[in-house]
Amino acid sequence: MKALGLKKNLAITAVLVALYFAIAYAIKINLINPFQQVNLIWMGINIILAVSLNVIVGFTGQLALGHAGFMAIGAYVSTVLTMNMGLPFFFAIVLGALAACFVGLLIGLPTLRLRGDYLAIATLGFGEIIRGLLVNIDYVGGAAGINGIPKLTNWPWLFAFTVASVLLIKNFIDSTHGRACIAIRENEIAADVMGINTTRYKVMAFSVGAFFAGIAGGLYAHYFYLIRPATFTFMRSFDALVMVVFGGLGSITGSVIAAAAVTILNATLQSLGAIRMVIYAALLVVVMIFRPQGLLGTKEFTLRTLLGKKEGVGKDAYRKQAD
Amino acid sequence: MGFAPSSCFIYFSGSHRGESMELFFAQFLNGISLGSIYALIALGYTMVYGIIQLINFAHGEILMVGAFVGFFAITIFGFNLFFAMLLAMLASVILGVLIERVAYKPLRGSGRLAVLITAIGMSLLLQNGGLQILGTSYQAFPQVIPKKAFHFLGDKITITSYQLLILAVTIVMMLFLNYIVNKTKTGKAMRAVSHDRDAALMMGINVDNIISVTFAIGSAFAAVAGVLLGLYYQTVHPLMGLMPGLKAFVAAVLGGIGIIPGAMAGGFLLGIIEALVSGYWSTTYRDVVVFAILIIILIVKPSGLFGKDTGEKV
Repeated sequence: MKALGLKKNLAITAVLVALYFAIAYAIKINLINPFQQVNLIWMGINIILAVSLNVIVGFTGQLALGHAGFMAIGAYVSTVLTMNMGLPFFFAIVLGALAACFVGLLIGLPTLRLRGDYLAIATLGFGEIIRGLLVNIDYVGGAAGINGIPKLTNWPWLFAFTVASVLLIKNFIDSTHGRACIAIRENEIAADVMGINTTRYKVMAFSVGAFFAGIAGGLYAHYFYLIRPATFTFMRSFDALVMVVFGGLGSITGSVIAAAAVTILNATLQSLGAIRMVIYAALLVVVMIFRPQGLLGTKEFTLRTLLGKKEGVGKDAYRKQAD
Repeated sequence: MGFAPSSCFIYFSGSHRGESMELFFAQFLNGISLGSIYALIALGYTMVYGIIQLINFAHGEILMVGAFVGFFAITIFGFNLFFAMLLAMLASVILGVLIERVAYKPLRGSGRLAVLITAIGMSLLLQNGGLQILGTSYQAFPQVIPKKAFHFLGDKITITSYQLLILAVTIVMMLFLNYIVNKTKTGKAMRAVSHDRDAALMMGINVDNIISVTFAIGSAFAAVAGVLLGLYYQTVHPLMGLMPGLKAFVAAVLGGIGIIPGAMAGGFLLGIIEALVSGYWSTTYRDVVVFAILIIILIVKPSGLFGKDTGEKV
C-alpha cells in the first residue's frame, strides 16, 4: 500500500507542477487576458474558502455562517502588517490567518456547545459583530476601509497558498482529528459516547476553517487594492456555502470543482447582474430538496472513479451513506 | 448587496445625545414601538421553531412581501390601513404556506442542516427576486394616519400617534394569538404537536395541517409587522426584512425559543435596548450590541430568559 501511496503522490505532484507551469506560461504569453487573470485569482480564493468551510459544514456537520468575518480578519490583519509594519507578504498572510484562527477559537469555545441551528445564528451574529467593530475602528479606516493596498498576490503565491491549503485540509480530514469530526457529523451523541470530546473537535474544525478563511482574506486584500467592512457581508459567507453545497457536503474535490465552476459561471454570467443571485438561490433550494447531501455527496472525485473502476472495500467504505 | 444601511432609516425622535428625562422617555417609547414590531416578528419565528425546530430564515422576506402588498394596497388601490393589512396578511399567509409546502415539507425526513440551508436559500431567493421585481430603491410609505403628538407630565413625555397605533395593533394581535393558542381546538393541537409530534400524530392530529396552520399564523403576524415597519421607518425596500428578521430572531432566542410569552418579552426588551443604545451611545454600535446580547444569552442561558433547560433525548 505504501508504494501505491507514493506513486499516487508522485502523480499528483507531477500534475500540479505541470498545471502551475502551464498557467504561468499562458499568463506570460498573454493567452490568459487580464480579465481572466482576475478570475483566476478569484478561483484560488474561492477554492480556499469553499474547502475551509467544508471542514466545518461538510465534515463536522456544523452550519457556520460567519466565514466572511474570518476572511475579513485575515484581510485586515495582513494588510495592516504589510502596509503599516512592512512585514513580508508571506508572513503577513500567515499571521493574518493565525489572527482569524485565534478569533475562531475565541468564538468557537463558547458557541460550539450550541446545537446546529443556534450555532448558525450565533456565527452569523459574530460575522456581523466583526463587521460592526471594523466600521468603528478608525485605525483601519472605519466604513471607508483601507485602500492602496500593494498588489502582492500573484499567480505563484496564489497557487502555492491554494495547493497548500487544500493539501493541509485533506491531511487534517484524513487524520484522527478529521475522523473524529466526521463521527460528530454522523451522530454527535454516538460520537460523544465513543469517547470523542465533541466540543474540542468542533472548535478544532472551526479554527482550522477560520485559519484558511483568513488566508483567503489576505490573498483577496493584496490583489483587489481596497478592503471595506462592506466587502465581507453575509453574502460572502453565503457564496462559500453555495460552493460547498453544490460540491458536496463532505467532499474536498467536490468543493474545489464547485468553487472553480462557480467562479467561471460568475464570470460568464456577469452580464446578467443580480439575476445571477436569484438563479443561485433557486439552485440551492432545488439541490437541497432533491440531493440534500450536495451534488457529489461525500464522494471524492478521483482518477479511479473517472476511469470507471470499482472502488475497493478500503478505508473509504465507511463513508458511503445509506441513501 | 448586503444589509440595508442604517443611515437610510428615519427616526421619529432624533438620536441627540443628552441626559435629560425627555430624551430617555423619547427613546424608551421609540424602543417600545420598535420592540412591538420585533415581538410580532419573533412570534412567527418562535412558533415555527416550537413546532418543527427550524429557523425559518425566510420569515423576514415574508414580512417584506407583506409590507409591499400593504404598500401597494394603500398607494395603488387606495385601501385604508385596516384593509391593507388584511390583504398583506392574506398574501403573506399564502406565501408562507407555499414555502412550507414546496421547500420545507419534502425535507422533513432529512437532516436539519439540509432544511436550514434550504431556508437560507429561500430567503435569498425572495430577497434577490424582490430586488429584481421591486427595484433597489427605497420607496416612501404613505402617511396613513395624521401625525399627532400627545404630551404628558408637562411635556416630559411625548407620544406620537404612530407609536400609539403600532402599540395598539401589536396588543390586539397578541390577544388574538393568545385566544387561538389557548382557547381553540387548533391551538390545542398546535401545542400538542410542539410538545411531542409523534404522540400528537397517534392521537389523530393531522400534523401536516397543523404545521401549515402554524406557518400561516406566523406569516400573518409577519405581514402585520411588515406594514408597521413600513409605518415606523416610513420606507419600504426589498431588503427591509433582513435585519429586523435577524434581530427578531435574537429576540426570540432572548425570550426562549418556542415560548410565546418569551418572544413577546424578548421583542420589547430588544427594541428598548436598541433604542437606548442608539440614543445614548452610537447608532453604529446598535447592531453590534444586539448580536452581542445574542451571544451572551446563548452562552449563559441558551434556553432563554423564559426557557427551561431540557436535556437532549437520544
